[in-house]
Amino acid sequence: MNVQQIIDTLKLKVLTENKDFSSIQPTFGYSSDLLSCVMAGAPKQGIWVTLQAHGNIVAVAALLELTAIIITEGAMPDENTIQKANDEGVTLLSTSASTFNVIGQLWEMGLRNP
Amino acid sequence: MDLGINLLAITDHNATANIEAVIKAARGSGIHIFPGMELQSHEEVHLLCLFDSLDQIRSMQIQVDKTMPGLQNNPDYFGEQFVVDSTGDFIRREESMLLASSSLSIKQACDLVSDLGGLLIPAHVNRKAFGLLPTLGFIPEELSCNQVMEISRHISAEKALLEYPQLSGKTLIQSGDVHRLSEFLGVNYFHLEKPSIHELSLAFSNLDGRDFAINQPNL
Repeated sequence: MNVQQIIDTLKLKVLTENKDFSSIQPTFGYSSDLLSCVMAGAPKQGIWVTLQAHGNIVAVAALLELTAIIITEGAMPDENTIQKANDEGVTLLSTSASTFNVIGQLWEMGLRNP
Repeated sequence: MDLGINLLAITDHNATANIEAVIKAARGSGIHIFPGMELQSHEEVHLLCLFDSLDQIRSMQIQVDKTMPGLQNNPDYFGEQFVVDSTGDFIRREESMLLASSSLSIKQACDLVSDLGGLLIPAHVNRKAFGLLPTLGFIPEELSCNQVMEISRHISAEKALLEYPQLSGKTLIQSGDVHRLSEFLGVNYFHLEKPSIHELSLAFSNLDGRDFAINQPNL
């Protein structure tokens, strides 16, 4: 499964610069809104689902080389955060759906085992 | 006064409605009151925001109110939220739920407090619940220049430094998250020209003959 398929199936809005998302494959998924948990628990090159949209999510994603952050419940990062994400090569995706629904859909698509 | 306290900051959770009463009650006592707030940021990090004047804290509250989720408090679950007068008598109940997070990020809170001329100190930074370091896991860029961090009451400054090396070079204060007079730690000592936010900032940086020390006889 690649990030382009995830964007299409979940109808996600791409907030950062376009890339060849079809060539990027997440290893697995993780969800928490506590950054310290994410740093300890998220798999490298995984996809992270959170409703946090502040600038520090980018630092965590860059550190873990996450393939993308899906920001849920319509939370919107500010321009600086999007800029920082572009600088760091971090992909930010947005949806009005809840974290629970997003994870459910990812699971159904087959993102189940690392 | 019996505890030897000269400086007092009132920092209720996302709230400021009781500060004026404390200032009134302290009049003539020699205790200086700093109006403040313990803001819960969107990251669920607690930030102490201290000011000189009621005007500043009122502006702060107006901005914070705009960023609260607008939930009603349920006293059965979350306790009462009373506003009282300078003698401690009941004036009204605060109906909105103060326990929630503001939608202000740490960065936005830093900017707001600095624009208003206040001083921002991350609260109980080592505490699991709502402390900066366990919640974020690091000191974010927007706080990297922030000189002062508050540590919780159950840890010594030495131990906090061992556990969180990120704190080295920071000035640590310890206020104890005090909710009752009997809980006062009274370990923060300042040398100031006069009680003001500017003077506190000088003292925290040991500038111009002002200084600050933490004295922990019991830890």
